[in-house]
Amino acid sequence: MAKKIIEIKNVSKSFGDKDVLKDINLYINQGEFLTLLGPSGCGKTTLLRMIAGFLQPDSGSILLDGKDLEGTSPYERPLNTVFQRYALFPHLDVYDNIAFGLKLKKVPQEEIDKRVRRVLKLVAMSDYEDRDVETLSGGQQQRIAIARAIVNQPKVLLLDEPLAALDLKMRKDMQIELKEMHKQLGITFIYVTHDQEEALTLSDTVVVMNEGRIQQIGTPTDIYNEPVNSFVADFIGESNILNGTMIKDRRVSFIGHDFDCVDEGFGENVPVDVVVRPEDIYFTNDPARTQFTAKVKSCTFKGVHYEMFVDSDTGNELMIQDYDPYPVDSIVNLYVEPDDIQVMKKERVANVIEGKVTGAGKVELFGGEFECSTEGFEEGDEVVATVDFDKVDLLDNLEDGVLNGEVYFILYKGDHYHLTIRVGDGRFLYVDTNDIWDKGDLVAVNIAANDIKLSRKND
Amino acid sequence: MTKRSNWSIPYFIFLVLFVVLPLVLVIVYAFQDNEGGFTLANIGQFFSDSDAISTFALSLEVAIENTLICILLGYPAAYILADKKLNRSAVTIVLFILPMWINALMRTLATSELFNVLGFTLGKGTLLFGMVYDYLPFMIYPIYNILQKMDKSYAEAAEDLGATPLQVFTKVTLPLSMPGIMSGVMMVFMPTVSTFAIAEFLTNNKIKLFGTIIQENINSSMWNYGSALALIMLIIIGITSLFNSEESNAAEGGLI
Repeated sequence: MAKKIIEIKNVSKSFGDKDVLKDINLYINQGEFLTLLGPSGCGKTTLLRMIAGFLQPDSGSILLDGKDLEGTSPYERPLNTVFQRYALFPHLDVYDNIAFGLKLKKVPQEEIDKRVRRVLKLVAMSDYEDRDVETLSGGQQQRIAIARAIVNQPKVLLLDEPLAALDLKMRKDMQIELKEMHKQLGITFIYVTHDQEEALTLSDTVVVMNEGRIQQIGTPTDIYNEPVNSFVADFIGESNILNGTMIKDRRVSFIGHDFDCVDEGFGENVPVDVVVRPEDIYFTNDPARTQFTAKVKSCTFKGVHYEMFVDSDTGNELMIQDYDPYPVDSIVNLYVEPDDIQVMKKERVANVIEGKVTGAGKVELFGGEFECSTEGFEEGDEVVATVDFDKVDLLDNLEDGVLNGEVYFILYKGDHYHLTIRVGDGRFLYVDTNDIWDKGDLVAVNIAANDIKLSRKND
Repeated sequence: MTKRSNWSIPYFIFLVLFVVLPLVLVIVYAFQDNEGGFTLANIGQFFSDSDAISTFALSLEVAIENTLICILLGYPAAYILADKKLNRSAVTIVLFILPMWINALMRTLATSELFNVLGFTLGKGTLLFGMVYDYLPFMIYPIYNILQKMDKSYAEAAEDLGATPLQVFTKVTLPLSMPGIMSGVMMVFMPTVSTFAIAEFLTNNKIKLFGTIIQENINSSMWNYGSALALIMLIIIGITSLFNSEESNAAEGGLI
């Protein structure tokens, strides 16, 4: 079995009152190429900076080779970082930049010469020793930054979105070279990116993060084919994410039809999220195979395949990718193979909000005061309010709501949008709506009095 | 000639009247004898005037000492001001710059009164104190400026590569802040060479600086010799500023 080189145990971190990382547990094997993947603000860079030693966890520990790194300064850690904007020293030339770490370690001059030349060859920058770093292009600076890190032969190389500043073509080339370098060097790579394609291309293991938590850890194929929740499904590649019901083992209902599937153990008549990748919906002329019909709404050529949006006979919008185009407005017969249907447990079926009764008919939730029936409760009682996703009203005019929030994440579910709203105090509210909002929109939140159901806390 | 270039005419006239013409006059007077004929005697007089030479040497010495003290006091001050962990408020920066709002002559007079009240003997010590007090903000500000704009990832990269906090400073932060130190040096060294008011007030004219001698010569109508001295000082300052700009280019170019 592979040796664990880094272990992260119960690590949490907050900046001010914002929780950036919540109870992270993760281990990294010797020689692995592991990617921390997530949207900006998910905590991936914070985690990397903690491993490098620039930030300290509030709680939990980070172990290197089984030894706790707490109290070990960055300069004492046998790790090296490739920074997002390279951070090459402008007062030193290429050679002195690369030799910087070796000179500090008092490596003999001949040895430094030899190693600098070797890494320059490795990053294909052999004749650049005497060049001023500011005269180099972005891609060349990137190579020097990588050379400066690996020349120290670190146990682990940390890469913080190293290709983000490069153009597409250069990025593709560098991906291949990085992968090649990883193979040659045998060093463990921890790579941070928000680019899902880059993560799938490069990694042995992908760690998908969101809102300070690890969503899923797995190989690129696992992550793509078996996403554990709707966030991962939406973030990695294109997907149709739909509300469904698990009727019984191996039988699931969604978009108004029943399908065979391969998932078991959810129970009977349980609400679930269903993911079907657009390339897994097939066209057929065989009536026996047809599971449902749909009308083609649009068809766009995407280079290798055509991307089509169809309205199913039950009014759900689906995205389909196929090598053959079908004309707009034609009625098509479709089917899905059982093992291409990914069924996921719903993370939640309604908003569950902790609050406090502030008076007769009044309850405080997320710092705002809502009206609702408080029969059987006293002022000051701690309560839990349950609000269905589709019972939360979102309004344009910020003065019209009890609370204000920001649209944080949008998921299209075929016939409605599932929104994550970040309210004033940093907590999240989940809303089903047919209205179109954009990420980052400021909204006012209202909930009708009879849609708030209270129960006693800890009941 | 386009219309837009006409806009520069007022500036051009200003430059001619207040910069070029005085310089020409200084040069003309420096090479004239009392009857208005050409002579090198004024320049020669300086090199045989041991008083003038030793005053000049003393002026340079005081200027160098003042500049060094300003670097030693100003750099740490600028460093602390630029570090967001150590200095969380903009008020401290204003407090450091505040003395610049008040006329230097007034501050010098006040300082000399203070020394009188406290009973200090006026001499080289009080002179240096006054100079440092007057010129320190001019050293702090350019260094603060460059440190504050410096990308934090340079220091992080150095630490990541194994540099202790002290090595981070000597191998990265200090070399990268050289241009700031150099402009601080320019702003402190050059005016101190020619200053005379501070010497007059803070030493009761016990210590004479080069500026004082020029002033005395001009005041006693020895315009030719005074001009020659002024010209010599200009040339010396010109040479040091050349040296300075080469230094700061080197700092940016990566030879340190």
